[in-house]
Amino acid sequence: MFRKLAITTATALSLGTGAALAAGGGGHVTDYDFTFEGPFGTYDQTQLQRGLQVYTEVCAACHGMTLVPIRSLSDPDGPGLTDEEVRAYIEMNFIEVYDDELQDWRPATPNDHFPEGSYEGAPDLSVMAKARAGFHGPYGLGLSPLVNGIGGPEYIASYLTHYTGEEMEQYGTYLYGNETFDGGWTQMAPPLWDGQVEYADGSPNDIESMAVDVSAFLMWAAEPHLMDRKQMGFTAVMLLILLSALLYLTNKRLWAPVKKAAKARQPAE
Amino acid sequence: MSGIPHDHYEPKTGAEKWLHRRLPVVSLIYDTIMIPTPKNLNWMWIWGIVLMFCLVLQIVTGIVLVMHYTPHVDLAFESVEHIMRNVNGGWAMRYIHANGASLFFIAVYLHIFRGIYYGSYKAPREVTWIIGMLIYLCMMGTAFMGYVLPWGQMSFWGATVITGLFGAIPFVGEALQTWLLGGPSVDNATLNRFLSLHYLLPFVILALALVHIWAFHTTGNNNPTGVEVRRTSKKEAEADTLPFWPYFVIKDLFALAVILVVFFAVVGFMPNYLGHPDNYIPANPLVTPAHIVPEWYFLPFYAILRAFDGEVWVVQLASFITGGIVDAKFFGVLAMFGSIVVMALLPWLDTSSVRSGRYRPMFKFWFWVFFIDFFVLMWVGAMPAEGIYPYIALIGSAVWFAYFLVIIPLLGVIEKPLPQPATIEDDFNEHYGDDDASGGTPSGERIPTPAE
Amino acid sequence: MSHAEDHSGTRRDFLYYATAGVGTVATGAAVWPLIDQMNPSADVQAASQMRVDVSGVLEGTQLTILFLGKPVFISRRTPEQIASAAETDVDDLVDPISRNPNAEFDAPATDLSRTLPPYEGENTGEWLVQIGVCTHLGCVPIGNGAGDFGGWFCPCHGSHYDAAGRIRRGPAPENLHIPVAAFVDETTILLG
Repeated sequence: MFRKLAITTATALSLGTGAALAAGGGGHVTDYDFTFEGPFGTYDQTQLQRGLQVYTEVCAACHGMTLVPIRSLSDPDGPGLTDEEVRAYIEMNFIEVYDDELQDWRPATPNDHFPEGSYEGAPDLSVMAKARAGFHGPYGLGLSPLVNGIGGPEYIASYLTHYTGEEMEQYGTYLYGNETFDGGWTQMAPPLWDGQVEYADGSPNDIESMAVDVSAFLMWAAEPHLMDRKQMGFTAVMLLILLSALLYLTNKRLWAPVKKAAKARQPAE
Repeated sequence: MSGIPHDHYEPKTGAEKWLHRRLPVVSLIYDTIMIPTPKNLNWMWIWGIVLMFCLVLQIVTGIVLVMHYTPHVDLAFESVEHIMRNVNGGWAMRYIHANGASLFFIAVYLHIFRGIYYGSYKAPREVTWIIGMLIYLCMMGTAFMGYVLPWGQMSFWGATVITGLFGAIPFVGEALQTWLLGGPSVDNATLNRFLSLHYLLPFVILALALVHIWAFHTTGNNNPTGVEVRRTSKKEAEADTLPFWPYFVIKDLFALAVILVVFFAVVGFMPNYLGHPDNYIPANPLVTPAHIVPEWYFLPFYAILRAFDGEVWVVQLASFITGGIVDAKFFGVLAMFGSIVVMALLPWLDTSSVRSGRYRPMFKFWFWVFFIDFFVLMWVGAMPAEGIYPYIALIGSAVWFAYFLVIIPLLGVIEKPLPQPATIEDDFNEHYGDDDASGGTPSGERIPTPAE
Repeated sequence: MSHAEDHSGTRRDFLYYATAGVGTVATGAAVWPLIDQMNPSADVQAASQMRVDVSGVLEGTQLTILFLGKPVFISRRTPEQIASAAETDVDDLVDPISRNPNAEFDAPATDLSRTLPPYEGENTGEWLVQIGVCTHLGCVPIGNGAGDFGGWFCPCHGSHYDAAGRIRRGPAPENLHIPVAAFVDETTILLG
């Protein structure tokens, strides 16, 4: 419903919004399917839990997520952990935060945020899924993201699964070939290997499955209110369609006598 | 107001008379709301109400956002995320505010194109037009400074590049730029003053908008025929017009509701579509994004800015004549601001005695050329300045200036206009008299049916 | 509307009322978030509960922590303090009710009714958790058995509280307030 509307009305106005054109090599993005796509898409809670596990066991070794409060793991729209599970999560992973008042490290509480990354070159992942665009063009017209979405999670999943296996050294840093990353060479070594994370529910844990799971988790981390937002959008659209219909009829009724009079006084042709 | 004869407010009860003698505010509201409005207004006359709605929407959501926002380089990005995650409905406020800016500009551009097509800028409505241009400039300033506040990469680098324009001004440029930024580069001082001005300017816009309304209520609305409302008698005036309430209020509200369906679909289902992903990366003065692009509504002017490089003969000539004072950088800035100045001068550049484009066959053609040119410039503004794109931008800029400085003055002399209806009533009756006919509406019009 | 004809008056009226009604609903739906956004945000709400580890609090000492912007006294009392508070006659008190939201609020202000039961077993009166704000004008009283009654003493206007935090002398009208609190395991108190 919405896509049609959007395409017809926004096409002319959306010129140039696909401004973020990928440059150079790389740029391959696979359009993975996620449960939260489309106007009625929702997060898959078990997938978010798996993604959290991948994040914790793999990503968090270097990356941080400082804008996300740990307590939000218990959001019903998110991974949906219980309060006890959140505290157990903190304890099991020895999550500590630096307390300015104590001037020392202390164990985190659920009200603290995820810690920052331990490696300077690793960007914070809090809003990464919104800071990357998988879909552009064609030719800067922004039509692809109009249909496919911005493609942040698709980008991340593709990035994690499209290492070429090549390596090179440049100015003392190792670079790894990647078909998704801008320019084709990235500083991050391939982080995933098959079977690396053992899921409690026995879900497939090949590289691609883990990449997709963690991408879904990062999308949730970046946009925790996505489900609320779509709900609001749907309610607002429905209410406004009803209001439009009523206003249309009111307007028609209001103008009917004026137009009738105009017809009566039609100039002879 | 408006010089169009119509019924005025008459205080009836004692209380009304008491207030009216002291402050005729009810009379003011009545005369404003009940203003006689040409009854043949078409669907392009809805944008004023949409714009007023946008202004109120932006002010209200903006006041809400500033309650939770922290204007500090270390905290701004985080506080925006605080709004997105913690504040009750904060994500909705922010997405509505961000996309509201886009709706605002969509509406203002269509409003301006409407004015250009139907000659709404022509005498006696020059002041309305000029004030409209001032509003547009304030909108651009407000939008630009607002985009800096989230303190993402595009915020920071957009601010750096755009304030750099002022640095291109000969002699005083550098001092001016430092003054604007409050330092040698975009930093905390810049962020704080931008918040202050971003909060202030909408109220300036509001004041200007009220003057804008005052001005066109004094002259009366233009209409698709460009023929003036008859003012000789109340009877004739009433044949040409209908009161604004309820006829046009309901019509405009209907249009607004339809527009809001689309708007809320965008906010609900794709709120970041019109944004730039890089602005979700916190500002970093050490790393420039691969492509710095302004928001879509600045792209046509950004394209004009970039079009004039040192290889264009006009630039070389200007540089030669001024002894190098006007270099390519400054020329680009002049061109960008000039592109808006020529638009503001439209009432004096247009030599045609016919107001509405509906009765100007040659004008109609050139108007659509100009309309397409606007979107071509918008598109090319988003493309990297390499390969064929600078040439397209240059041609587009040339068309822009040629339209205002050559074509419009010339058309008034060489064009043979079509016959116009004698009165608005004739136009309206002709349009609604026959159900089968399209009512003599010119093919160029986008939405031919007035008022329904 | 002067041109309106009346043959379909009822239907027209209904249409107008329906439009106005839906318009009002839409406006109301838009206004509510504007009001609600000023309510405490999620991070503030989350801070309205706090877990305090009291394993390090020794007998006869008091832990003062900041909770919801106010000091909370968590006292682990000695048997002597408990005994002195327990033998006070409730009839002698300025404020005879316990003011304990974790039990019966209006119960007589005995020592036992003001103290916090441990996680398991009988309430020995060992733990006393109070909001450290004088009920007179909001100063923070001094602890460590200060005042004439072996409890707390407010230096601002000289209010004396006994070892159970009950007002005994001075201008304060009420016993020290008690926050919502409970032991959730052997060594952790959940505030709020």
